[in-house]
Amino acid sequence: MPELTTRAEPAGAVVIQPGTVAPGLARGAAPLRREGPAKLTGAAKYADDLVFPGAWFGATIRSTDAHARFEALELDPGFDWSTVVVVTAADIPGDNVVSSIKADQPILVPVGGEIQHHAEPLALIAAPDRATLRAARHATTVVSEPLPAVFDPLAADTFFAAYELASGDPDAAFAAADLVLEGEYRVGHQEQLYIENNAMIAVPSGDGGVTVHGSLQCPYYIHTALKRGLAIDDRQARVVQAETGGGFGGKEEYPSMIALHAALLAGRAGRPVRMIYDRHEDLAATTKRHPAIVRHRTGVTHDGRLIAQDIEVVMDGGAYCTLTPVVLSRGAIHAGGPYRCPNVRIRARAARTNTPPNGAFRGFGAPQTEFAAETHLNRIAEALGMSPLDIRRRNVYAVGDTTPTGQVLRGSVAGEEVLERAAEAGEFERLRARHDVSRGRRTGAGIVPDSPLRTGRDRTASGIGLALAWHGAGFTGSGEVHLASVASVELTADGRIDILVASTEMGQGTKTIFPQLVADALGVPFEAVDIAPQDTAFVPDSGPTVASRTAMVVGGLLIQAATRLRHDVELTTGGSFADTYREYARERGGMRVDQKFEPYPGVGFDDETYRGDAYPAFGWAACVASVEVDLDTGEVSVRDIVAADDVGRVIHPVLAEGQVEGGTLQAVGYATIEEIKLRDGRYLNDRLATYIIPTSLDAPRITTILVEAPYDGVPHGAKGVGELPMDVGAPAVVAAIADATGVWISDLPASPERILAAMAGVPEAAPLPPGASEPARR
Amino acid sequence: MTTVRFTVNAAPVELDVPGMRRLLDVLREELGLTGTKEGCGEGECGACTVLLDGQPVDSCLVPVCQVDGAAVATVEGLAPGVGALDPLQTAFLETGGAQCGICTPGMLMAARAYLDAGGGPDDAAIRDAIAGNLCRCTGYTKIVEAIARTAAGPRGGSPSGGDA
Repeated sequence: MPELTTRAEPAGAVVIQPGTVAPGLARGAAPLRREGPAKLTGAAKYADDLVFPGAWFGATIRSTDAHARFEALELDPGFDWSTVVVVTAADIPGDNVVSSIKADQPILVPVGGEIQHHAEPLALIAAPDRATLRAARHATTVVSEPLPAVFDPLAADTFFAAYELASGDPDAAFAAADLVLEGEYRVGHQEQLYIENNAMIAVPSGDGGVTVHGSLQCPYYIHTALKRGLAIDDRQARVVQAETGGGFGGKEEYPSMIALHAALLAGRAGRPVRMIYDRHEDLAATTKRHPAIVRHRTGVTHDGRLIAQDIEVVMDGGAYCTLTPVVLSRGAIHAGGPYRCPNVRIRARAARTNTPPNGAFRGFGAPQTEFAAETHLNRIAEALGMSPLDIRRRNVYAVGDTTPTGQVLRGSVAGEEVLERAAEAGEFERLRARHDVSRGRRTGAGIVPDSPLRTGRDRTASGIGLALAWHGAGFTGSGEVHLASVASVELTADGRIDILVASTEMGQGTKTIFPQLVADALGVPFEAVDIAPQDTAFVPDSGPTVASRTAMVVGGLLIQAATRLRHDVELTTGGSFADTYREYARERGGMRVDQKFEPYPGVGFDDETYRGDAYPAFGWAACVASVEVDLDTGEVSVRDIVAADDVGRVIHPVLAEGQVEGGTLQAVGYATIEEIKLRDGRYLNDRLATYIIPTSLDAPRITTILVEAPYDGVPHGAKGVGELPMDVGAPAVVAAIADATGVWISDLPASPERILAAMAGVPEAAPLPPGASEPARR
Repeated sequence: MTTVRFTVNAAPVELDVPGMRRLLDVLREELGLTGTKEGCGEGECGACTVLLDGQPVDSCLVPVCQVDGAAVATVEGLAPGVGALDPLQTAFLETGGAQCGICTPGMLMAARAYLDAGGGPDDAAIRDAIAGNLCRCTGYTKIVEAIARTAAGPRGGSPSGGDA
């Protein structure tokens, strides 16, 4: 692996080599994961581990058409239907809508209504045991009349959202450019593939309400959905997070649907109902990363300055809106990459197709568009004969630059630093020069031992690639203002300190970093601070656990709340909080401080014109990837990755590194092996045997460099880390493949089939573009 | 119904169950040992890994009739006692080898089998040993680090001295 240099670290940087104690921040002082022992001993209770005596098992009857009229649900009269409960759309007490951005997705398609995608929920069954449930499912028949379906987002005529961002005069700038390069890039669906499948258990309560326990990211999204679909009030709807085995966005919006299904069945059965998806159902029915087609036209000067960008983004939203407008928005805002360019036009639209709805996945639109931006920039560098590092040095945003939404970057800009750090640690220029020599030796050597594709003696070729990305921290535009999150710190009457938030732990470390931040603000030990369960009966709505916002936004609110609590206690007692809070509680009772979000100073965005500060700050990431490509088979092995990520401030080095490493491997999977194949709008590889993710043998050695360019709008400077590494890994890997083979892969994943077709110069031999649906077999 | 007798974490178990019932379901539902997780139900993810006579197996693929007379070890039996952790668990905790935790029980059992068989701190060998256990959170870096650290520790981190 590349050796890290030992030069003096610039102020504010933390370099952590695997297995070593970090300089700067004291790695050894970071507390152990709060819920770690429970997870390591098997004591932690995930949804399917929860026991509710007398609970029934629920199942969903789903469509097998991509677009059809739902004519009837036939129940076999030979089955004893008194032993089970069946729920259809007619049984929904409230609105037949899964609450989200638009009210377009039904909880269940009504008989007579239109099925819009394969695996769409049509009816629900619950039974006392699995065998009866299976028999009941087999005793149902869905009668439908197929309708013409649309699978190609370029042929669609319905759009969930469209945006246009413009600055300067691109047309004039293109005319003045020394070089204009065009390119088209395509990416397909990606499955979040949390190892714990979606799971919800609904328990009816005496007051006509329901409590739902489940695997989820956003308790209050589900709370809102339950109220609307079941026509119940705030108190009747209760959502409790179970230990959650990964989310990555996949448990952001779809759990609302599953919770509603479980609750409807529980209400009908009058008992708890378990809705535990198996892997096949989870893959077939739940949301994926949006496929996208991104077209670039870029004008540059001969010395590599970007002077004009014209970018068209088309995302495939699938059949319902879900969060698509926001995914598209983030994708569009990031589409130019982290580079100054005075003349930009970005047009983005998200089409409606008859495929299962796409939704949130780590990165949220940015990995798609930044893959295109970075790959295109690498091709421009090649066309100009420039180093990929130099063209980035020339164009990367610095303080004072203006983004396509007109946002002036006032601080916390670390694009150059992460770029230099990653390039240096990954020995980018030295290894690239070496590959240039070896590629030169291979090309035209005339020795073709076995494979028609091999141009040299060696079966494998090595390559190194570089990419750079930015990622807006927190919700886009005025999102945080609309959310108006509340986070609370409570000193209880019995002298405990409790954090009250709806922000969930799903592995990323919420339950560890929040007590850290609050303990620091109060001046008490980490162990003195508890965090209350994520239960809507007790915790305020601190917003969804998404968008890399938890550490920055909610963490900031908690520090403010704790600071107020400390101030109030110290004002009364005259002593330090740490010394006097127990006495204060004993004598005066508890105190709870609710901190509501206030807009960050000087940050404003206009939703109508799409101008202004799209994010309060951006995180910055660079990635250097080293690969080996098998020239006979087209297989790619990603050997080493150096990831440099600016996260504002590191709260917990081990957890932050873990986010970078995990996100990087998801990006490697996106780049190389993860792909959903479709036929007639149906996912073909909807099993874990056929949808593959990287194993320990596929994973590169990952060296993480954490860079700190704090954001001064929050007391602790943190900007979030979850999504950053997802934006930058794929283009780095594809650049490394190009360095090894001399061919650019424009469609993800860079599968052996695509690489071989490109190396052979036979593009028509490549598989269907990612995200495309092959026609039905008759 | 079949009568099966085996041990789980050294405790004897006798059950009358359908012989083809998955060991995974018997552990979770009959014995209440929910530490063993189901991730795919078809032997791809390894979340349900337990040790059967010391060998790692996917308990979703093992019909319970096959474990008659065998010794089954699950994550619940790893720690030497309440409030204590096995050196492997400690290493996972300290290095950050567990994030969401759902793959962790299976990962720990696969790693324990590797260490008990005398496996050392070699990166490639460790990666090979856990190649059947998928993790989506960590990128495997800190898992490999935790296992290597345990292997390099006293007696290979093995309660039985690494010669089991």
